[in-house]
Amino acid sequence: MSAALVTLKGLRVSFDGQAALRGIDLSVAPGESVGLVGESGCGKSVTWLAALGLLPGRAQISGSVKLDDVELLQARPHVLDRVRGGRIAMIFQDPASSLNPVHRIGKQITEALRLHRAMGGAAARAEAKRLLDQVGIPDAARRLDAWPHELSGGQNQRVMIAIALAGRPELLVADEPTTALDVTIQAQILRLLQDLRRDTGMALVLISHDLGVVADSCERVCVMYAGRIVEQAPSARLFSAPAHPYTRGLLGALPPLDGPRRRLAAIPGGVPEPWAMPPGCAFAPRCAMHVSACDAAAPEQVGVAPGHRAACIRATLPASHHQAAYA
Amino acid sequence: MLRFFGSRLLRAAVTIVMVVTFAFIVLRLSGDPAQIIMGADAPPEAVDAFRTAWGLDQPVWLQYFHYFGAIFQGDLGRSMRDGRDAIVLVMERIPATLALTIPALLIKLGLGIPAGITAALHRNSFIDRAVMLMAVAGFTVPSFVLGLLLVLVFAVQLGWLPSGGQESWRHAILPIITMGVGGAAVLARFTRSAMLEVLGQPYIRTASAKGVPWRAVVWGHALPNAAIPTVTIVGFMVGSLIAGAVVVESVFSWPGVGRLLVVAVANRDLAVVQCILLLVAATMVTANLVVDLLYGLLDPRLRNQPKRATGAA
Ligand SMILES: Nc1ncnc2c1ncn2[C@@H]1O[C@H](COP(=O)(O)OP(=O)(O)OP(=O)(O)O)[C@@H](O)[C@H]1O
Ligand SMILES: [Mg+2]
Repeated sequence: MSAALVTLKGLRVSFDGQAALRGIDLSVAPGESVGLVGESGCGKSVTWLAALGLLPGRAQISGSVKLDDVELLQARPHVLDRVRGGRIAMIFQDPASSLNPVHRIGKQITEALRLHRAMGGAAARAEAKRLLDQVGIPDAARRLDAWPHELSGGQNQRVMIAIALAGRPELLVADEPTTALDVTIQAQILRLLQDLRRDTGMALVLISHDLGVVADSCERVCVMYAGRIVEQAPSARLFSAPAHPYTRGLLGALPPLDGPRRRLAAIPGGVPEPWAMPPGCAFAPRCAMHVSACDAAAPEQVGVAPGHRAACIRATLPASHHQAAYA
Repeated sequence: MLRFFGSRLLRAAVTIVMVVTFAFIVLRLSGDPAQIIMGADAPPEAVDAFRTAWGLDQPVWLQYFHYFGAIFQGDLGRSMRDGRDAIVLVMERIPATLALTIPALLIKLGLGIPAGITAALHRNSFIDRAVMLMAVAGFTVPSFVLGLLLVLVFAVQLGWLPSGGQESWRHAILPIITMGVGGAAVLARFTRSAMLEVLGQPYIRTASAKGVPWRAVVWGHALPNAAIPTVTIVGFMVGSLIAGAVVVESVFSWPGVGRLLVVAVANRDLAVVQCILLLVAATMVTANLVVDLLYGLLDPRLRNQPKRATGAA
């Protein structure tokens, strides 16, 4: 892998003494697209909010987040303000409430242009219009003067993307950008993100709890469970040869492409509560492959194949063995 | 927009009529003005003559009818005590009341809003706790208690300021502080919770995520949103510029509208009481209309019917 753009090392976050992240190691190369999947509450959002210093003050954060060689966790506010939106942009799940209701769309875009590209006045307005065109908003010139409540959810998410693009970031973190949208519009937004990544060359981190979505749109997938990354691999490889029993469970729970949608409930049991984390592997209590060695210590990620790592002491067993357990 | 205001104006008028009617009935049911004004030992013929002179011998509904008829000709009646026009008596007192309530309002705004914002921005810090402690205190202690306390300390003990009267600007200081502190406390609490609510909104995180420095997030993104609910309570304070000083004027013997009201109620000086209530209702209702207008200015979501964009995303 080429030199990383962003590197997270041993990132830990806790709220009021309860761990939300328990050591995240993850790097994103320039231009790469990485998917981050996992069940609700596993720490996907917190990972990137922590990286950008967007968590509330009571969150306790340790570890390291490096952008090139600059450490972001202890960075001073003015350094962070240059990075946010300028080098790493982030968009969120609920576009309707993510835009400021009392400012016009155009103003919210030109604000980013002024901050990161020193543009103002007519030039900024023209560039804002171009950005709205680029994200596929019809009648962009007139939309500049619209208020967020006058646009649909999908259009608001496009506006959010336009704001994110305004600073010409090297990485766009999209945190469940389509969860709040209609199914047809979800596909359009995902397509748009793909196109923009191809056109601008920026890297993309796509957060989702839908393994199918992530595998379709990303080159590499990281699977999170209870505040840790349990497996990462190129998308195709993750589907053909999942190494972690949790990933296998998720894949087993994926609905067939042509069949009706099923609930993601194929894995028995539930995620352990933060105050009741097992001493060893957090997945052990639900794991069909569980052996007593699993409870000794949280397993480190081990290489399974080039670019494929899994945090499971039994990951190197032949795949057929696991499949039997979930048949 | 016009229809919106038409309906608001109608509601305002109905409110005023209701207040005036209610006052009219209650005042006539709760004691005989003739007896009170003439004194308990006045000869019955004199009391009867007084009743006839002021139309108090007529049925209440007829009095009410006459009263409203007169209002629409701009006649708010005369004081039964000294025979002067009630409106003149009331107008004479307004400057004295405003001399207290306007500076008090400035204290409320100038102290309450910044305190609330600061507390919210430093949530759970020492500053926040201190502001909230003072706010709770200022808001629980009734204004007459606070007024008496201030008199005790600054007039009686220290002798720095006069305890009552209206001879100089120094006489106004204690009543103004008494009123200002309570209002500032209310406003501080309200502003703080409005700010906290806004600071937790996703669009604040969006602003930070796009690189807006924190100061600019607060001024440009949080405050304009927090102003929307705060306007309600400020409007209420503006609305009580005339009526809000009853207690304080009594404590400090300040000859304003509030004192006039207390005296007029005690005397059953019907026209004066009704005139004051009408004025109070009118100020309240006007302030409310202004608040509605400000809402429209501050919140684009209320300005026009959402004309949703058509077509797909
Ligand atoms: N501001 C916060 N205060 C306290 N706890 C928090 C806060 N934000 C997140 N958490 C906790 O951190 C854990 C991880 O949350 P996070 O939002 O990262 O989950 P997620 O993987 O993004 O889930 P989802 O798919 O629901 O968005 C959760 O247990 C959550 O309760
Ligand atoms: Mg999330």
